[in-house]
Amino acid sequence: MTDTAIFVENLSKRYRIGAQQERYKTVRDSLVSALKGIVNHSRSQPKNTIWALKDISFTVQQGEVLGVIGRNGAGKSTLLKILSRITRPTTGHAQVHGRVGSLLEVGTGFHPELTGRENIYLNGAIIGMRRSEIDRKFDEIVAFAEIEKFLDTPVKRYSSGMYVRLAFAVAAHLEPEILLVDEVLAVGDAAFQKKCLGKMSEVAGGGRTVLFVSHNMTAVKRLCTRTIYLREGQINFNGDTHTAIDMYLGAFAQQLRVEFPPRPDQPIRIHQLEILNKDGQPAEGDIETSEGFCIRVMYDVNLPVRGVHAFLRIHLQEGETLLSTGDADTAPERFGERFPGRYVADIVIPPRLLGEGNYTITWSAGIPFLTNYDVELHAVSFRVLDFQTSRGEFIHNRRPGYLALDLDWNYLKTDN
Amino acid sequence: MSQPWTRVTRQAPKITQFPPKGKRRLAEISSRREQPKIPVFDILPSKGWLSLNLSELWQYRELLFILIWRDIKVRYKQTVLGAAWAVLQPLLTMVVFNIFLGKLVPKSDIPYPVFTFAALLPWQLFSHALTESGNSLVANQNLITKVYFPRIIIPLAAVLSGLVDFVIAFGVLLVIMMVYGIMPTVAILMLPFLILLAIATALAAGLWLSAINVEYRDVRYAIPFLAQFWFYASPIVYPVNLLSLKWRILYALNPMVGVIEGFRWALLGAHGFEASVMLVSTGVVIVMLIGGVIYFRRMEDTFADIV
Repeated sequence: MTDTAIFVENLSKRYRIGAQQERYKTVRDSLVSALKGIVNHSRSQPKNTIWALKDISFTVQQGEVLGVIGRNGAGKSTLLKILSRITRPTTGHAQVHGRVGSLLEVGTGFHPELTGRENIYLNGAIIGMRRSEIDRKFDEIVAFAEIEKFLDTPVKRYSSGMYVRLAFAVAAHLEPEILLVDEVLAVGDAAFQKKCLGKMSEVAGGGRTVLFVSHNMTAVKRLCTRTIYLREGQINFNGDTHTAIDMYLGAFAQQLRVEFPPRPDQPIRIHQLEILNKDGQPAEGDIETSEGFCIRVMYDVNLPVRGVHAFLRIHLQEGETLLSTGDADTAPERFGERFPGRYVADIVIPPRLLGEGNYTITWSAGIPFLTNYDVELHAVSFRVLDFQTSRGEFIHNRRPGYLALDLDWNYLKTDN
Repeated sequence: MSQPWTRVTRQAPKITQFPPKGKRRLAEISSRREQPKIPVFDILPSKGWLSLNLSELWQYRELLFILIWRDIKVRYKQTVLGAAWAVLQPLLTMVVFNIFLGKLVPKSDIPYPVFTFAALLPWQLFSHALTESGNSLVANQNLITKVYFPRIIIPLAAVLSGLVDFVIAFGVLLVIMMVYGIMPTVAILMLPFLILLAIATALAAGLWLSAINVEYRDVRYAIPFLAQFWFYASPIVYPVNLLSLKWRILYALNPMVGVIEGFRWALLGAHGFEASVMLVSTGVVIVMLIGGVIYFRRMEDTFADIV
C-alpha cells in the first residue's frame, strides 16, 4: 500500500510586483507613502500584485516521480519553494510526509575562498546532510565529481565544469524521502548531463518520491511516470507524461519581445530581448527561415566589470541547446573593462540556418568559470517556418533536421 | 471469552488515544518498530506570532556550527595577521585611550589600561554582532532563497562567530592582569553568566537589526554610526560613577552598561558596583531579546520573498 507523500490543497501564492520591488525600501519611502495614504485616503487592495499560483491541488504517492512542466512564469519554481518551506503560501494548505531535500540550484552556499573538501562539508550541511552522512559518502562524492586531485584547492580556481560537477555530486548524494528538483540538469556539458540523468534515474528508481521541474522534455519523458502541466499558475493537466508534454508543446506561444525589471545591484542586467525581422523592425508572427532574422539584446552595465562575457543560447523546444554565442567569441577585447551604461547589440542569424520549429532563447552574463551575474532562461520564444522549399510543411510533417542549410552535392565524374 | 478480549473489541479500531491501551499495545509497538518514524510537515499561510521552536533549532545545530566555522575561516583566510587582529584591536584601542584619557579620568585603584581592556572585552563581542549580523540575512540571501532552515541561525551564527575573538582577547586580558598584579576575586564565578548576558545582548541587537535590514536597507549604513555612538554611551573609557545615582538608573537602560560593569566586577573586584544598575540593564536585555525573537519570527516568512 502506498501512502501519500505530498498532499496539496487549494494552494495559492501572491507576489507584489512593480515599482515597489525595484528599489529596496528605505525608512524615508515608508514614511512618505504613509503620509500620502493619510492625505489621499486611498486604502485599496495593492494593485501591483500577481498570483503566481492559483488554487493548486494534487497528491503525490510515495515512490512516484512527478514531472512539473510549463512556461517560464507558470509557477513551477514557486510551487517548489512553497513545498520546500522557503516561502509560505498566501492561502491553501500542503502536507509533506518525510524529510524534504530541495535542489533548486547546485552549489548553494559554495564559498570561492574555501577548498573543494571544505565546500563539500559546507554545501552538504546546507542542503541538509548530517556530518556523519557526509563523512560516509565523501569518497563517493569525490569520485562522482572526478576532482580527486583538486580537493584542497580553493574552489575559485576550479573550471566551470569542475565546479558544476562538484556541486551536483554533493546534491546527488542527498537522501531525503522526498526530493524536489528544479532544472538542476540545465548546467554542464552533454557528457555531464548524461551522468546526471543517470544518477537521477537511480534516485527515482530507488523508491524515493521525486518532484521534477524541467524544460528538458527528454529528461521528463525518461524519468517521470506522471506529469503536471502548469499554465499561468493553474494546473492545466495532471496525468500521463506524454499527453502532458504534447499539451505543453502544442500550447507554444510566441514571445518575441521581453522587457526585464532592472536590478541596479547587479553588475550586469539585461534590459530587453527582442526579435527583429530582416528589415530591422520588431518581428510579428512566425519567422521565415529564408529571410533570416536578428536578435537584439539590450543590457545595462551597472558597475564597471572586466573579464565578463555576455551569452545567448538558442534552445530547441524540447530544451536542448542548439547553439550558444558569446559576445567575446569574435572580439576578445570585450573581455577587458566594460564601463557602466546601456549596451545594445544585434546578433544576426543568417538566412537558411534554422529549420522549422519552435525555439527559445536564454540569456546569461558573467565571468566564465567563475560567476554568473545574470541569467534569464528561455526568455524569448519564436517559431520558424520554411515556405520556400520542399522541406518545410509546417512543423508536423517537416523533413527531419534542426538546421535548414542548403548544401551543395558536388558530383564527381563517374562512368555511367 | 475473557473480560480483556471483549474490552478490546469494544474499542474503536483507529487508535485515537496515545499510548494505545490494553492488549493492542504490543501489536502497535511491534508494527511501529517496523516502520521508521516519518516526520510530517504542515505547510500553511503564516499566522503571525510563532513559537521559538527550540527543538528544530537543535536539529539544525550542525548547520549553525558549520556557518560559524565558515565565517571564521573566511575572515582569516587571506589575511597576513589573521587571528592577531583579535588581539590588536582591543589592545590598540586601550593604548590610544590610555594615552589621551588616562590622566583625565579620576584615579581609582584599578589601573586605567586594565579598566578599559576589561570593558573592551564584551564590547568587542557586541560591536562585532552589530556589524556582522546587521547585514547577515542580506549577505546570505543565496541560502535564504534556496534552502529551508530556521532563519534565526544566520544572525545567531554571525553573533557567535565573535566568540573566537572574545576567547583570544580574554587570554590577553589575563596576561595584562598578571602584569599589573591584579588577582581575580571570588566574583569571577559569575563570569559565565555575564558572558551569557553579553551574548544575549549581542543577539538581541543582531536579531532586530538583521530583520529590519531585509526590508529597510538603510539600516546597514546606519550601523557604523550606531556602533560609534553606543561606544561612547557605554562606560568603556570612563567609569559609571561619573554620574549621580539617579541618572545612573536611566543610564542603565543601555544594556551594555550592566554587561560592562558586571564584567569589571567579576574580573577586577567590586569597585563602585551597583546592583540596581545590573538589574535595570538585565531587564532591558531580556525585553530586547524576547521582543527581537518575536519580531524576527514574525518577519521570517517574508524574508525569502523580499530579500
